[in-house]
Amino acid sequence: MRHDLVLRVVAKLLIPFILVFALYVQFHGDFGPGGGFQAGVILAAGIVFYALIYGVDTARKLVPDWLVETLLASGVLIYAGVGFAGLLLGGNFLDYFVLDHDPIHGQHRGIFWVEVGVAVTVSGVMLKIFYMFASRGRLDEEQDKGGGDA
Amino acid sequence: MNIAAHLPVLLVAIPLISAPLAVLLRHGGLAFAVVTAAAWAAFASAIGLWMQVAESGPIAYAIGNWPPPWGIEYRVDRLSSLVLLLVSGMAAVVLPWCRATLARELETDRHYLYYAMFGLCLTGLLGITITGDAFNIFVFLEISSLSTYVLIALGRDRRALVAAYQYLIMGSIGATFIVIGIGLLYLMTGTLNLADMAQRLAAVDSSRPVLAALAFLTVGISLKLALFPLHQWLPNAYTYAPSAVTAFLAATATKVSVYVLIRFYYTVFGGHLVFDRLPLPEVMLGLSLIAMFGASFIAIFQNNLKRLFAYSSIGQIGYITLGLSFDSIHGLTASIVHLVNHGVTKGAVFLLIGGMLAVSPAGRPSGRKRPEEAAPTFDKLAGLARRMPVTCFGIVLGGLSLIGVPGTAGFVSKWYLILAAMEKGQWWLVAAILLSSLLAVAYVWRFVEVAYFRAPPPGESGRSEASPMVLAPALLLVAATIWFGIDTSLTVGTALDAATQLTGGSR
Repeated sequence: MRHDLVLRVVAKLLIPFILVFALYVQFHGDFGPGGGFQAGVILAAGIVFYALIYGVDTARKLVPDWLVETLLASGVLIYAGVGFAGLLLGGNFLDYFVLDHDPIHGQHRGIFWVEVGVAVTVSGVMLKIFYMFASRGRLDEEQDKGGGDA
Repeated sequence: MNIAAHLPVLLVAIPLISAPLAVLLRHGGLAFAVVTAAAWAAFASAIGLWMQVAESGPIAYAIGNWPPPWGIEYRVDRLSSLVLLLVSGMAAVVLPWCRATLARELETDRHYLYYAMFGLCLTGLLGITITGDAFNIFVFLEISSLSTYVLIALGRDRRALVAAYQYLIMGSIGATFIVIGIGLLYLMTGTLNLADMAQRLAAVDSSRPVLAALAFLTVGISLKLALFPLHQWLPNAYTYAPSAVTAFLAATATKVSVYVLIRFYYTVFGGHLVFDRLPLPEVMLGLSLIAMFGASFIAIFQNNLKRLFAYSSIGQIGYITLGLSFDSIHGLTASIVHLVNHGVTKGAVFLLIGGMLAVSPAGRPSGRKRPEEAAPTFDKLAGLARRMPVTCFGIVLGGLSLIGVPGTAGFVSKWYLILAAMEKGQWWLVAAILLSSLLAVAYVWRFVEVAYFRAPPPGESGRSEASPMVLAPALLLVAATIWFGIDTSLTVGTALDAATQLTGGSR
């Protein structure tokens, strides 16, 4: 699809809105439907869309493999970090009440960072899965050419 | 922050963060250091918890400071403290062993992912054991299962992929059944907290959804613990997985499933519903006997040493469920003791076999090309005792424990099984337990005969023992096998307490 002008232009127009919509779903998750998981999927879908139109290699330049792997690991760390923050501030693990002077604000703050962690990990995992499937056939070809000793 | 008060959650959270850290470090050696340190920290926490529980009774910990039954509760009693010791202890022993042998089994650039998966698997198994929340059990079960599938698929034999896929399908069916069972229980009680559920179940305990939940949970958990007709995934998974993974899974994964079964039967449903009003003891007795005889019999005819001991595992699980089916304090004690003893024994045996493979001349550092070279088949073991006297002697000691020779851990668990059978006046079962031990003699003897009495192939008479780094963890477990056969205060002491607690001292 690299030479299809309509798709390329529409994709260029749409992708920024997809990414912004992901952020909306992320931050609106406190008050309505949405949250980290959905936002992460939408964020990853934006990149997957880009890869479909412009090719996986271009997408890999935009979001390289090391970044994807870092994303999927650091999300879990953010989540667990909120848990340990609760411990260090004198509460139990994942205790949001102690994250602020006002327990209700503490709850907001806790769930905010937990959802950030979820979004980061989910988008990382989605992209990782997509990259692995998208590059599967090509890796096999390279291996066959290289004598297949892997 | 008072560390002692937060041990229940640190035990799970530390291995949990070790996994993403291992991925971020992107370096095999560093990832190994982080995950191993986490496993040791978990082991230290488990020891701390065991001592706390022994001193002052069960510990409850409210995650997020939401009091149970609203929030997730972590709960440690005598039984779970013992299983936590087993799981974290095995991880602490097996991980250093990995370091020494992994280079031969996996490409170096994937080592950090292997350690991350190991960390996740450990997190899942510890989480299942410590949590007091039914849905949380399912979540941790999925964490441990998914990482287990990956770990098995990393075996260098191509058949490891099929084995992992087979386990993925069976394991997913098991997990689905478990979550259906939990869903039905939630439907009937409106709570997910196990202790709260048990109280509320008393009012509705013979209604049809509760019985259906019991059936779903029994079948689902039996799939995970490889009870006889549901054991199909186990031999392939154990045979083709990397050696360290086989050792860790054989010692912990099925044991944790047994723990979940005991937890649901005694803590949630109560022994009265499960054992008095339903024909479950008879069914379990029958299946256990088939496992004890059938699987041990199949083990005798295996040509691959790993596969032989995999079938032996299914047979040994039969002893554990046999103890459950007695529904008495001594029977339950035998189950819990055998759960630990068999875990330690099988861990030792599989580590020794792995060490043997690591130095065998046929082993090649990389490549899935020639799987048959890596398999420990009997024709390659001829005269092995001359080349590897320590390894072979260790395997024989482990084998003696599987048979149940006095002075080994296996004897202690069989002693309590026989005690429980005699209490019930079931003398034919005593005979059955002894007869099935003879089958274990047969398959262990096959190894002894080939390794000790057959001449080694020409040109392979020099000594080539595994390196001390590989031998030390395995021998530590062999020593534990002997230790638990002589000093039973830890295993039997804790198990007897746990059994009394679980049955309410009434049976």
